[in-house]
Amino acid sequence: MPLFEAIVLALGQLRAQKLKSGFSLLGVFVGVTFLIAAWSIVNGMNVYMTEQFAGRLIGVNTFHLRRRPNFTPNISDSTWRAWARRPRITFGDAEAVTAAITAPVITAWESSDRVTVEGSGKKVLDVEVTGATERYFDIKNLAIANGRAFTAHEVRSGVPVIVLGEDIALKLFPSRDPIGRQVRISGQAYRVIGVVAHQGKIFGFSLDRFAVAPARSPIQDLVNPPGIIDALIVKAGSVEAMRAAMLEAEGVMRSRHHLRPRQDNNFVLETSEGVLAFWGGIKRILMFVGPGLVGVALVVGGIVIMNIMLMAVAERTREIGLRKSLGARRTDILRQFLAESVTIAVVGASIGILTGIGLSILLDAVTPLPASVSVASIILGVVIGGGVGIVAGVYPATRAARLDPIAALRQE
Amino acid sequence: MSPEGAQNFRTGDTPQPDVIILAHKLTREYDMGSELVRALRGVSVQIRKNEYVAVMGPSGSGKSTLMNLIGCLDTPTSGEYWLNSQKVSDLADDELARIRNKEIGFVFQTFNLLPRADALHNVELPLIYAGLSARGRRARAAQALVRVGLGDRMDHRPNELSGGQRQRVAIARALVNDPSILLADEPTGNLDSTTSAEIMQVFGDLHRQGQTVVMVTHEHDIAAHAARVITLRDGLVATDQRKAA
Repeated sequence: MPLFEAIVLALGQLRAQKLKSGFSLLGVFVGVTFLIAAWSIVNGMNVYMTEQFAGRLIGVNTFHLRRRPNFTPNISDSTWRAWARRPRITFGDAEAVTAAITAPVITAWESSDRVTVEGSGKKVLDVEVTGATERYFDIKNLAIANGRAFTAHEVRSGVPVIVLGEDIALKLFPSRDPIGRQVRISGQAYRVIGVVAHQGKIFGFSLDRFAVAPARSPIQDLVNPPGIIDALIVKAGSVEAMRAAMLEAEGVMRSRHHLRPRQDNNFVLETSEGVLAFWGGIKRILMFVGPGLVGVALVVGGIVIMNIMLMAVAERTREIGLRKSLGARRTDILRQFLAESVTIAVVGASIGILTGIGLSILLDAVTPLPASVSVASIILGVVIGGGVGIVAGVYPATRAARLDPIAALRQE
Repeated sequence: MSPEGAQNFRTGDTPQPDVIILAHKLTREYDMGSELVRALRGVSVQIRKNEYVAVMGPSGSGKSTLMNLIGCLDTPTSGEYWLNSQKVSDLADDELARIRNKEIGFVFQTFNLLPRADALHNVELPLIYAGLSARGRRARAAQALVRVGLGDRMDHRPNELSGGQRQRVAIARALVNDPSILLADEPTGNLDSTTSAEIMQVFGDLHRQGQTVVMVTHEHDIAAHAARVITLRDGLVATDQRKAA
């Protein structure tokens, strides 16, 4: 019997026994749905982490000079206390490092806190307000949609001007041009000179809820103790330039902190690699746990299919005997039942793929989790479905093929 | 009691060309663990082309065993079996399947139709295993159904057909691959007397058209339709009688 006939027959069988077949493909369906959805999330997260998260928060070919790492998963209390004792990064440190770096880089200071911003009689709570230097916008890729960024001169003189994120601008000045208007942050007035273009969301959090003022403006007293910054951001044009700049920065900082050769750094030079390494760790866990769960579902699915097929062989013993008496060879019977179990599994996998894709799209739309369906996972889903079908079908099909036609025909 | 030239056949001979079935000293033993059941103890029979033979005998006489051997569903313990000039008694499983497909048309007491398939598809079954294309199959199956008078019932499922019609579908299925013998096992066992007569009419017609028919039955009035009656007893041929034409 040609394979095509066997598949048609199998589909007919599936259609004839919808409920039973429905149950039998449940396991594979669940497994493949999970495979597609989990893979999509990991995939989406990956794209997000590499292109968006790491790129946005730290930046490509960029390092941050900080007292302690900003991305700190699973830190013990003792480490945390040790970090808290470290000297902070001062204006002097930042100036010295900037002056010492010979590689072509651009630098910016960064000091942030979450505060309330008021303007035109309205109030926005919990806004990320940053004191920064003029190249901050270039380093962070913050395009100015309206007005302008502040200048080096304004930074040096500490002029109280401010650039708003889109959310803040829209909330404080919903129907008016915010440029030239005043906002107040803990009593101090700042003149709005620019609005940053729309940035979107990351994990559901708005990236437009911020304001940036010159580092030496009155904002400095709000975000840090006098003369202190959170980070010096250094952006190079290439990985090599970044590495060179990091070495120079490290040397300058070690000497400023009077560290002896055997002492560890009491500051960090944080790159996006660190964040990506952290993400890599999570990804490894997901990549390990995910297939485990998928595997369990598929094993269960396979066992269910095998049982259903054994039942089918028992129920259709007479049919097998008849087919043999009409000239079916062992391979014909084997193929028929194998095709049936593979068809069940592949149909289950296909529904699983569609559901998985649907689930991914849904997750992407309604939750902050980014999801993006990978073609590889779809191919793998089909392959796995077929594989489970073959593995689960071999034993029942072999039993069917070996039936003695006389005994099979006699069966009631 | 002369089983028609079968006694003249010797091991190593080949049967005459018009001999469809040649059984030579067939034995079949079943090892039932504690005892050896000797279902056939040396049956020699020759059946020629276009004969109409009934095989009779009480239960346990070995007629089912002989039927299975003739139908190539089983192989003998010893002896030779030639079907249509081909020695099949020592063929392997797959070759037997091919012989069943090409040479033998089975008709069963319980019809053995696939319940979910319509008449046409049921009749197509042997052709699937013969490797015919879907179109060729359909044409031949339709032809076979017309031959048994069911040209207007092709798309009916077995549960939409009467007992007699079901058996006709089964006969069409047996005929569709143009077999050397039509092998019927109690074909009227599940039918009332009117329908039985109808089915026997079909067999009679097929015989007149040149079909070789071998029928196992325990009913004398059914056996009376045959031109020759072979009676088995205790695994041996007891009588082999030919009706005067």
